[in-house]
Formats: sequence, C-alpha cells, structure tokens
Amino acid sequence: MTLNPKATLMDPQDLGRALTRIAHEIIERNKGSENLALVGIHTRGVPIAERLAQLIERFDGSRPLSGKLDITLYRDDLTEIALQPIVRKTEVPFDVTGMRIVLCDDVLYTGRTARAALDALVDMGRPGVIQYAVLVDRGHRELPIRADYVGKNVPTSRSEVIKVHLEETDGADGVELLELVDEA
Amino acid sequence: MTAAAAGAAGTRAPATPAAGSPPTKHPRHLLDLAGWSAEQVHALFDTSDVMAQVMTRTIKKVPALQGFTVGTLFFEDSTRTRLSFERAARAQSADVISFAAGGSSVSKGESLKDTIKTIDAMKADLYVVRHPAAGAPLQLTRWTDAAIVNAGDGRRAHPTQALLDAYTFRTAFPGYAGFEGVELAIVGDVAHSRVARSNVELWTKLGARVRLCGPRTLLPDELGGRPGVTLTHRVEEAVEGAHAVMALRLQSERMAGGLLPSLAEVRERYQVTRARMRLAHPDALVMHPGPMNRDVEIEGVLADEPRSVVERQVANGVPVRMAVLYTLLVGSR
Repeated sequence: MTLNPKATLMDPQDLGRALTRIAHEIIERNKGSENLALVGIHTRGVPIAERLAQLIERFDGSRPLSGKLDITLYRDDLTEIALQPIVRKTEVPFDVTGMRIVLCDDVLYTGRTARAALDALVDMGRPGVIQYAVLVDRGHRELPIRADYVGKNVPTSRSEVIKVHLEETDGADGVELLELVDEA
Repeated sequence: MTAAAAGAAGTRAPATPAAGSPPTKHPRHLLDLAGWSAEQVHALFDTSDVMAQVMTRTIKKVPALQGFTVGTLFFEDSTRTRLSFERAARAQSADVISFAAGGSSVSKGESLKDTIKTIDAMKADLYVVRHPAAGAPLQLTRWTDAAIVNAGDGRRAHPTQALLDAYTFRTAFPGYAGFEGVELAIVGDVAHSRVARSNVELWTKLGARVRLCGPRTLLPDELGGRPGVTLTHRVEEAVEGAHAVMALRLQSERMAGGLLPSLAEVRERYQVTRARMRLAHPDALVMHPGPMNRDVEIEGVLADEPRSVVERQVANGVPVRMAVLYTLLVGSR
C-alpha cells in the first residue's frame, strides 16, 4: 500500500483564513469569550485550539481558556487492534463544569474520535455546552455526530486520505488529499 | 501515516506507534524485567503518569480495558498486591476473576497445571500470578494463551513492585534528572527478597547503581557479581551518599534454620534510622515495600518523616499496574 498525492486542498493562506473565520463564528455563536474554553484533541487538535484561542483574544479582547485532551483510553476499538496506541497526557487545567467548551480537531471522519472525546470530557465534570470545531470534514460518518464549525467540507472516497500539516507539528501549514493505492 | 490518515481502518489514531514510543515490541508477559529495555520501562512510566492523572479525578475510571478479563491467581498470601492489581484492572473497566489457593482445590491436591486449565476455561485475557515456587509464572505461559504478569514467584522476582519503586523515585526525588548516577541502597534480608532481586535488575538497567547491605547469612555473594552492584555488611557504607534507601523486612517464613540472626542484631546493626540517614544524600528518599515492622528494620519515627515515601509507593502501585495491564493487553489481538 502506498500513498499517492492527489491534490492540495488548502494552502497556508487558506488554512489561516479558515481559522480566522471559525474564530469569528465561535465569538458570534457564544456572544463573546466569557466562560469559553477551547480543548484540542491530540495531536493536531492541540495547536488548532491554541491558534483559535489566540485569534479569539485578538478579536474579542480576552483569551479563552485552553486545554489538551487525549482520547486513547476512551477508544472503542482497544479490544480489537493489533498495535498499541501511545497514551498521552490530558491537560485540562480548569473545572469544565458549566463551561462552554469547543472541542477542536483537524479532521472529522467517522465521528468515533468525537464520541470518545465527549465521554472523556463528561468524566471530568458537566460542561454547560460542548461544541465541535474541525479544520476539514471529509464525510463518511459512522455515528450521529456533526461539527458546529468547519474549515472546509471535502467530499472524499474511503480510499482517499486527508493529511493536515501544521507549523507546530509538521513544520508548515497545509491540507493535502492523497490516495491509498494497492501495489499488488 | 498521520492521525488523520488512519481512516482506512475506520478509526482515527495511527496504527503505527507515534514518535517516542518503544522501538521494539515489549515482551508478551511480565515475568521479570530481563526482556524489557530501559526505553520500554520509561514508556511504561509515561503511561503510568497518565494513569496517575486518572486516579486524581472525581471519576477514577476509564473504559480502556472494557471487554478484557483479568484473572488474579494467588497461590501465596497477599493483600496489598492483589488489591492493587484488582483496582488497576477495574479502574480501566476490565472484569476481574479471583482465585486464592487457601481453601481452594489446591488444598485438595490439584496440580498447578490442572488448576490453570480449569481457570483458563473461564477465559481470561491475562493472569496475575503469585506462587511460592520460582518459575511457576513461566511454567504457566506454556499452559495458557493468556498473558502472564508475575506478582511474585518465590524469591526470584516481583517485577511490578520494582517498577512502582523506581516510578516512585522518578516522581518523588526532588529535581529528578534521571537514574544515571543514582545510588540505591537496599538494606536488610536481601537473600530471601524477590523485591531486592527485581530492583537490582531494574535500577541497574535504568543506569543507577545498587548497594546491597545485610548480615553475612542474608547477603548472597552471587548478587555482587553483577555490574553496578556492590555488597557491604556495614549499613553506614551502604547509606553514605545514597539517593534512596530501601529497608527490607526479615522474611522469617522463608528462612531455613540457622540463617536468622537475632532481632537484636538486626536492630542494632541494620536498622535504617534517622541518624544513619544523615549520611545519605540530603534529599534521599526512604522506601519500604511493606509490610513494615516498625523499629525492627526501620526506625518507626523515620517511616513518618516527609522523606519516607512508603505510602506513595502503595499509591503508585495502582497507576503502575494500570500501565502494565494496559501495555500487555491493548494491541495483543
């Protein structure tokens, strides 16, 4: 199996504009940044949450809280998989009870990550509202889950792969579409 | 593949371990620490950090091991180790079946093989085994497909105790900067102690040096031959400059006649005391694997000082064993 590049879906400018728009939408929907917290899902949701927090601070004057969530211990396939995922630290340094939480991730696909993240969050307390922001929604949901804020909707086939690059984790910003090809 | 790319499998996280993960697959069982690399041990400690975080929350439970069954097979008395493993399994939503040899078919003459075959018919994914005979857990790996965790076999090994001891040092030593250059002193009945043997194996693997100290009859020469290990009969020599001092109780139940020195001699010459701890590193930790005999191998008031981490050792037993169960079970299918 190899991955062949197919198209660039977002360049650094597109990615920046999408995050800027999402930051404005979050402020609008939540009527400011009061009681607001952005929680990024490891790995690439974390820098996305940080950048949205910075943008919201720039547009609204005060910086929302931010945190990092690892969902590994909440995955629904741990009894089935052959390789062990690395467990990383969850850092949510505030009481989530009553807060307006925006979960942040790079790609929304089956919805299973969001399901796990919701379970992980409610184990920490009782948030007032949980919303969901993603950079790319590629479809193919397996659970009744939708995002409140979407950077770009991309219709894909299951043999395609979306690769999000971020400056913080990958050295540069961008979103690529690749195709999984069976060599045999 | 990136995290976002793992969609081909219908799930999100990468199928390949991320950076910082052990380069080689850890052994299937935890019989002792021989097959585990320092890197794999540190990965286990990193996972223990996450598990410790779970234990600080209001809801001290995660669904990670839902659908797995852990069997505890104790052919020898134990309270804290068995409770600690059961807590570790249940805190991850695993089911637990328990077997204790006292009052069981073992006392009616059943062989170890028949016992494990019978219990194995109840389909556990992992067994935690304590047995008075060294090597019994290894023998069990031949009779079941389940993973085996050794919770103490004779005087040979007790790997999870050593892991939680080293993990306690990592989390409690002020300004912890790794095990390189660290001096651990183990004082007391070394000869009968599986805890001492496992700690020697683990701490030297991690880069520390170990000084073993006890009366002549309770300090086996063969342990002195290992790199990084020194033997001494003088407690002052063992403690001097040490970063951690571990006291061991006299295991009279394991002693053949003639080995047992008088209690008075142990108290006088080998007790870990406040006065002797003044020779140690100023931040040195006092450790004890329990059960503790106050004013025999350890001065009672010393056990209550802030530098004593005995209770923390017990508390850390749960997250460390959670990490062991998680590591051996997840990814095993």
